[in-house]
Amino acid sequence: METAKGKVFKYGDNVDTDVIIPARYLNVSSGEELAKYCMIDIDENFANEVKAGDIIVANKNFGCGSSREHAPLAIKCAGVSCVIASTFARIFYRNAINIGLPILECNEAAEDIKAGDIVSVDFNTGVITNETTGKTYTAEPFPEFMQKIMAAGGLVKYTSEKING
Amino acid sequence: MAMTMTQKILAAHAGLDSVKAGQLIQAKLDIVMGNDITTAVALKEFKKTGAKEVFDKDKVVIVLDHFTPNKDIKAAEQCKACRTFAWDMGVKNFFDVGQMGIEHALLPEQGIVVPGQVIIGADSHTCTYGALGAFSTGIGSTDMAIGMATGEAWFKVPSAIKFVLTGKPAKWISGKDIILHIIGMIGVDGALYRSMEFVGDGIQYLSMDDRFAMANMAIEAGAKNGIFPVDEKTLQYAKEHSTKEPVIYEADADAEYDEVYTIDLSTLRPTVSFPHLPENTKTIDEAGHVEIDQVVIGSCTNGRLEDMKIAADILRGKQVNKKVRTIVIPATQQIYLDCIKLGYAEDIVKAGAVLSTPTCGPCLGGHMGILAAGERCVSTTNRNFVGRMGHVDSEVYLASPAVAAASAIAGYIADPEKIAGGNN
Repeated sequence: METAKGKVFKYGDNVDTDVIIPARYLNVSSGEELAKYCMIDIDENFANEVKAGDIIVANKNFGCGSSREHAPLAIKCAGVSCVIASTFARIFYRNAINIGLPILECNEAAEDIKAGDIVSVDFNTGVITNETTGKTYTAEPFPEFMQKIMAAGGLVKYTSEKING
Repeated sequence: MAMTMTQKILAAHAGLDSVKAGQLIQAKLDIVMGNDITTAVALKEFKKTGAKEVFDKDKVVIVLDHFTPNKDIKAAEQCKACRTFAWDMGVKNFFDVGQMGIEHALLPEQGIVVPGQVIIGADSHTCTYGALGAFSTGIGSTDMAIGMATGEAWFKVPSAIKFVLTGKPAKWISGKDIILHIIGMIGVDGALYRSMEFVGDGIQYLSMDDRFAMANMAIEAGAKNGIFPVDEKTLQYAKEHSTKEPVIYEADADAEYDEVYTIDLSTLRPTVSFPHLPENTKTIDEAGHVEIDQVVIGSCTNGRLEDMKIAADILRGKQVNKKVRTIVIPATQQIYLDCIKLGYAEDIVKAGAVLSTPTCGPCLGGHMGILAAGERCVSTTNRNFVGRMGHVDSEVYLASPAVAAASAIAGYIADPEKIAGGNN
């Protein structure tokens, strides 16, 4: 995926993995099933309202807490094309890269962008455009190694390409 | 180039003379671990890699501890898939109900983890083993899958914050109070992406169980890992529990740290994290009158023998408040047996508390102690997020086993000194 465009769902600081996907739903591991309950403990309407391509924007430490990969998986399978935050908790950060959920760190964008704005993202340049206000922001580009993982569609594909040539 | 303790361990496992903060490395793994929730996802990803077997049958560890004994049919199906995978792969360190304990109490106890190792675990509290002077960090299921297939993982070398611990803590101050105090000070992202390296002469007063509780909650400050230097207590612990040879790494004297904090342990008071973040700390003196409905004493943070002893010492000969459901969970089968042998089991049950088989259950709102709307729980666990132990309108107050046991008797958040006496 080189670009994304969608409507913004906006959240604050320290959105934890327990509200992204509560443990009571972790007795299954299918992304489609998990997506039905995505964000339920912080925004019970999210799963019904989110459309393919939509974007989550949040402030600092998004995805803190548990290592459950079910959290980025639920977000990805809910159709979210990208998560933009001031900072990400480290396990969520690597899980998102490993499963191929695009994420971007950009404090200015995270602070400015509001719920309901239409935002587009160019992953090659890191440029985030708020189509609603016309304002643009540039996110820190990922190290080349992580870009390769994401380009391959996640760590499993990246590794199996390396293992199997 | 001078390195922190963490950087030295990572350099050695990456086959490099030195590493620096921010560098991306590929490191060899000594242990790859997962539980019933995360392994259920990892085994699917493992199959997608095309790997036919795990990289080392001795170095993969699978512990069915979260939704066990199986809480419902779906959890039973997940555990079954994990069990079949473990058997098919010939995983030697596979722990099912009967041998199982809460993973982060079990692995050190069984001698699977020792000083100097690099360990990844598909559970965020894998940072616990830093207490032993190992580099140990939580990762997700995909990293676990790749770790099982290749024996390696990618890491971004972290910078570090140094915590200099001085002085001797007072009677009821445990590792839990110290780490809650630190998280209250630096916040839930205060150590984001970084190592927390604990040093100083105060460490000599901390038992291994104190250190496990502290390293365990490094993740609650956002840290990649928490780590303690290896001293006589560490080596004694490793010798008693493992036949593996410990490897000792020390930070260079001139290693660079992003920040340095000095904490006089003698000044700390029992500390409680109020809802809904571990950083919302208050001392017991500031807590006010908070009535409670439930107490949980257990988990990978505080389910070890010393925690059980503190609970039993406070509960012995007393009764828990009739309005407070008190659930005590020894973290492993060995700790459970020790509780019976040492009389703690009787103290706990006679006081009107329940003593459960090992499980992570209530900590993450799985089973064995779910909260209804409006209910409050004092818990020795590690997270008090919205809905963590049940209904989104329930509340979790994180505290030490001493505060939890005292609160169970009082019916409100209580100072152990007032319930059980103080002074050394």
